[in-house]
Order: sequence, then C-alpha cells, then structure tokens
Amino acid sequence: MTVVLDNAAPVAQVDTDSSADGLHLRLSGNWTTATIADVDRILRATSLPSSGRAEIDMTDVMALDTSGAWLVHRTELALAEHGAEVRVSGVNPRFAGLIETVRANDDQCPDPEPPANAFVAMVERVGRTTFLVAQESRDLVTFLGHSVVVLGHSVFRPSRIRMTSLFHHIEQAGLNAVPIVGLISFLIGIVLAFQGAEQLSKFGAQIFTVNIVAQGVLREMGVLLTAIMLAGRSGSAFTAQIGTMKVREEVDAMRTIGLDPMEVLVLPRLWALVICLPLLTFFANIMGLLGGAIMATVALDITFFQFARQMSGAVTMWTFWIGLIKAPVFGFIIGLVGCYEGMRVTGSAESVGRMTTRAVVESIFLVIVLDAMFSILFAVLGI
Amino acid sequence: MAAEHQVSAQTVIRVEGLRTQFGSNVIHDGLDLEVLSGEIMGIVGGSGTGKSVLLRTIVGLIRPASGRIDLLGTDVVGCSESERTRVLSRAGVLFQDGALFSSMTVAQNIMVPLAEHTDLAPALREEIAELKINMVGLPLDAANKFPSELSGGMRKRAGLARALALDPEILFLDEPTAGLDPIGADRFDRLVKGLRDALGLTVVMVTHDLDSLNAICDRIAVLLDKRIRVGTMQDHMHDDHPWLREYFHGPRARAARHTDAATEMG
Repeated sequence: MTVVLDNAAPVAQVDTDSSADGLHLRLSGNWTTATIADVDRILRATSLPSSGRAEIDMTDVMALDTSGAWLVHRTELALAEHGAEVRVSGVNPRFAGLIETVRANDDQCPDPEPPANAFVAMVERVGRTTFLVAQESRDLVTFLGHSVVVLGHSVFRPSRIRMTSLFHHIEQAGLNAVPIVGLISFLIGIVLAFQGAEQLSKFGAQIFTVNIVAQGVLREMGVLLTAIMLAGRSGSAFTAQIGTMKVREEVDAMRTIGLDPMEVLVLPRLWALVICLPLLTFFANIMGLLGGAIMATVALDITFFQFARQMSGAVTMWTFWIGLIKAPVFGFIIGLVGCYEGMRVTGSAESVGRMTTRAVVESIFLVIVLDAMFSILFAVLGI
Repeated sequence: MAAEHQVSAQTVIRVEGLRTQFGSNVIHDGLDLEVLSGEIMGIVGGSGTGKSVLLRTIVGLIRPASGRIDLLGTDVVGCSESERTRVLSRAGVLFQDGALFSSMTVAQNIMVPLAEHTDLAPALREEIAELKINMVGLPLDAANKFPSELSGGMRKRAGLARALALDPEILFLDEPTAGLDPIGADRFDRLVKGLRDALGLTVVMVTHDLDSLNAICDRIAVLLDKRIRVGTMQDHMHDDHPWLREYFHGPRARAARHTDAATEMG
C-alpha cells in the first residue's frame, strides 16, 4: 500500500509495505514540525504486526527535527511493544545526534489528575468558599481592629502621620476626583428633578420636586455616589499600589528596615479618605442641588429664588448632617478594604488584578450595607 | 532543517547601521552585528548599554529608528507583519524569568506555539511537549504544574522548553543564568551547549555571567559606545579599551578562566 500525501517533495511521506518479511516503512520527504501532521495520523492508524520483523527505512528523509525524530521513535517504540523486532535503517549521519537526543528524552510525564465527580467537586467548592468567606471576614475584622488602633494612636500623636504621603493621597483621592464627582452629582440632580417633576405634575404638585431633589441629594445620593466613585477610583488604586509593592517584596523590605507598613502605607491612605470623602460629599451636594435647580428652572419654570425658598422649608440642618455624618465612615471602610486586599496580594501580578476587583466589589457592598444600617439608625432616632 | 552541526559560514542574523533611541536618548548608533549559523554568541556590556534592547530589537519587539535587521534572510524591519510572524516562528526567545503564561501549566505553555503555528493533532502536541520537558531536564511532574509552583531555575527551563517548541533555528536567551546558583547556572550552560550541538541551533545570549561566556560562547559581542565589538574571549582580553580591560581582567574574570583551565586539565 502506498500513501502519497502530496506529489511535492518536501512533505513527509510514509510507504507501508507488508510482506512475508514483515512490515517495511519507508519514510521520505521533510520530517519537521510543519510537515508531519498527516504522517502522524497515518502512523497512528497503521495496524502493527504483533510479531516478526519491522524495518523503518529513513534513507529518503530529507530533513528532520525533534518532532519528526519523535514520530520515528514513537513508531519504533510502538512496534517493539507489539512484539516486533524493529530495525531503523538508512539513517543519515547528520540526523544521528537528533535521534539520539530524542531517544534519551522519551520518559512519559504523569497524566494530570482526573477531575473529580462534578457533584462532589461542587460540594467541595461550596464548602471551601464558605470557609474562605468566614476566614476572610475574620481577617478583615482583625485588620479593622489593627487599623483602628493605629488610627487612634495617630490621633493622639499626629507626628506619626506621614504628612507628605497624606497630602499626596489627599491630592490623588480628593482633589483629582473633584471633576468627576461634581459632574456625576450634577447629572443625578438633573435626573432626580426630571423624574420627580414627571410624577408630581400629575397631581399639580411640581413645586415638591424641590423637596425630592433636596432630600434625595442631601440625605443619600450625594454621599452614596461619592463613596461609590471613590471605591472605584481610590479603593482600587490602593489595592493595586500596595499589592504591587507586596509582589515586589517592598513591603517585606519595609519590615526589615523597621518600618511598620500599617503606619507607612495604610495610615496615610485611611486618613486621606476619611478627610476627603466628607469634603467631596459637600461638593457633590452643592452640584446635585445645582443640577436640580437648573432642571427646575428649565423644565418647570421654578426660579432659583423659588427653589431656594421651597428648599429651606423642605430640609432642616439635620438633613444635611445626616448625609455628611456618613461620609467619613464610608471613607474609612473604602480605605480599609482597599488596603486590606492590597496586603493580601501574594505572588503574581494576576493576584493584584483579582484583589483589586474584589476590593471594589467588597467596598461598594459594605458602603451600601452601612448606608442601610444608618437609615435604620436614623429612623429609630427619629431624624 | 536543524541538522547542521558544524559551524558553517552562513550568516543567520545580520544587523546593519542599527540606531535605536527612546525620545532623545540614543541607545545604539550605527551598530553592526553578524551572527553565523551554529555559533553561540554572547552579548555583554555595562548596565544601560542596551543589551536587552538589542535583543528585543532583533526579535521585533522594539522598532529601530533606522538600520536594517536581516533574520534568516528576511528584513524584519521592512517586511510585512505576516512575514515577520513567519520568520519569528523560526526563532525562540527565552525571557529573563521565563515569561511563562501564569494561567497555564508548563505543558500547556509549551503547546501554545504548537497550537498556533502547526496543524498537529492534540495528542502529538502533548507528546512533543513531553519531549521538550525531557530535553530541558525538567522533572516529569513539572508538566502539570503552574509557573507559580516552580522555582526560578525550573521556570527558566520551562521557558526554554517553550522557546524550543517549534524547533527554532535561532534561540535568543536574555540573561539565562541570572538568578541561578552556580550549580544551576553551570547545568543551564551545559544544557544550552548540548542543545546547540544536538539540534544545530544558533544561540544569541545576553549575559553577565563570565563563566558562561568562557564556557560556552564561541564569540562575544561587546556593546561599547553605542556600537558592538565582536571577537573571541582571547581577542577581547588583548584589547586595550579600558572597559574591556576592566571586564576581562577583573578578579571575577580571572576566577572564571582559572576554573575553566582546571576543569579542562581534570
């Protein structure tokens, strides 16, 4: 039987000839990685004699590389395993080194472990994840405690705070966030005013749009949006910065020099957010009200003056403070989670990315949980 | 393809009038280099002289400001993207820390170029990956490990196995022995030399390791004053350039030569 793959010379070919003498495989053409795909299939499909003699004739092989040599060697091994007496002939001396190399390196790697039963694997994953979540919560609380202690110390000994670093982070997390926070609040003010006006106009009570905007922005929207922005902008940046430093062993270097990473890395970042978030919230409130007022003027013919008068009746000082009181707490939580996840980075750059994602998700989640708890608290207090 | 053993006079890499710069910072200016088939060429130079930059330029990761680079007869600066990819698939590169894809096992890493550039059956790809793992001297159970589970030396070997996946004609090594202990470095040197002899590779390696230079490099290219000076170890030792004198006559160089002489006698 003759198998011709291609009439052009360079392609690898194999002629199989079964006679009384035994199996005769005549190889020809180029036996290299790029050209052996088809002969691999043919050689795999060739039925092997279980006894007798077999000859692999390499006289007409024009080129050989390790992959080609491996194919020859594999066939030789398979024949030998079947009980045939194998002989490789006509080996060009130029190929001898290659064949020798492949022969010396034919040990088989162990198979990867087969995947466990799908159901068992799922149960295992659920258990493992539960355990990890519990462990992580415990670690986060530990980190919280540690941070509170360091933060508390720094209140009584402000000289422990690294001012350069603090101001750097205030600039990064606070000042640089001003445009985006302002824009978003402004737009949300517009949206609130528009939606409010749409519903209230059905009752002829458009003027109460002002109440919705003022209450909505001051109590909830201003601080919540600012916190979410900062979680995305700064919380993630903290994780990435500290995480990269961990990967490059900078954090370990700090410890050996006698610097406390909590004090050097975590403290300025926490303080920066605790200081910046209230300030940004204040700014966001103003921008939100401004957006609402402009929308009211344009769409509802409520003048600025009317807006202001209606607002002064709609809100008390407490409305404003309720929003602002939450800000430093949210700032603290965002900074805490950002730094905590950064400190948990181990090993590779991949871990930095994973932890950064986690930091953002966790901090937004915690901010909203805390917001709900604040709402309950204020409801109980009756303000 | 990969069967010439002896050093023949064929030029596989020819760099002419190469100029690379980052902004106003000129790294190489009018640099010429010729690498012959089957030789091991070491590239040395002080810190910041652009050894790695030269390597990266030759393999097309950095675009030179001007000059011509012929790799296996193809002008890689001027040619089309697809042509460059085809030529580069005939060269393997080992980066400093292996640069293995961290989300894949070692075996999967080695199979990446095979899957990309050949139409081999998956089973054969696995066999070839195993063969390369054997050839670079990795323990067999490393095949199913992830790069993060390997030591630095093993990662380099795994990176070498991936570089060898397509049976390249040229192998580029970026500081292959940096960060290895002397025993590991010596083994790696012998591995590279053994592979060159067995597979007829041409090897270009950036290195700081005087032992490697002494033990396995046929010629040494020294980056000096934005250009290159090529010669054997002997040539460089008789050169009067102050940097060369300091490099090849320093205490470390003497120690490297001494050990070499001792092993040859013993």
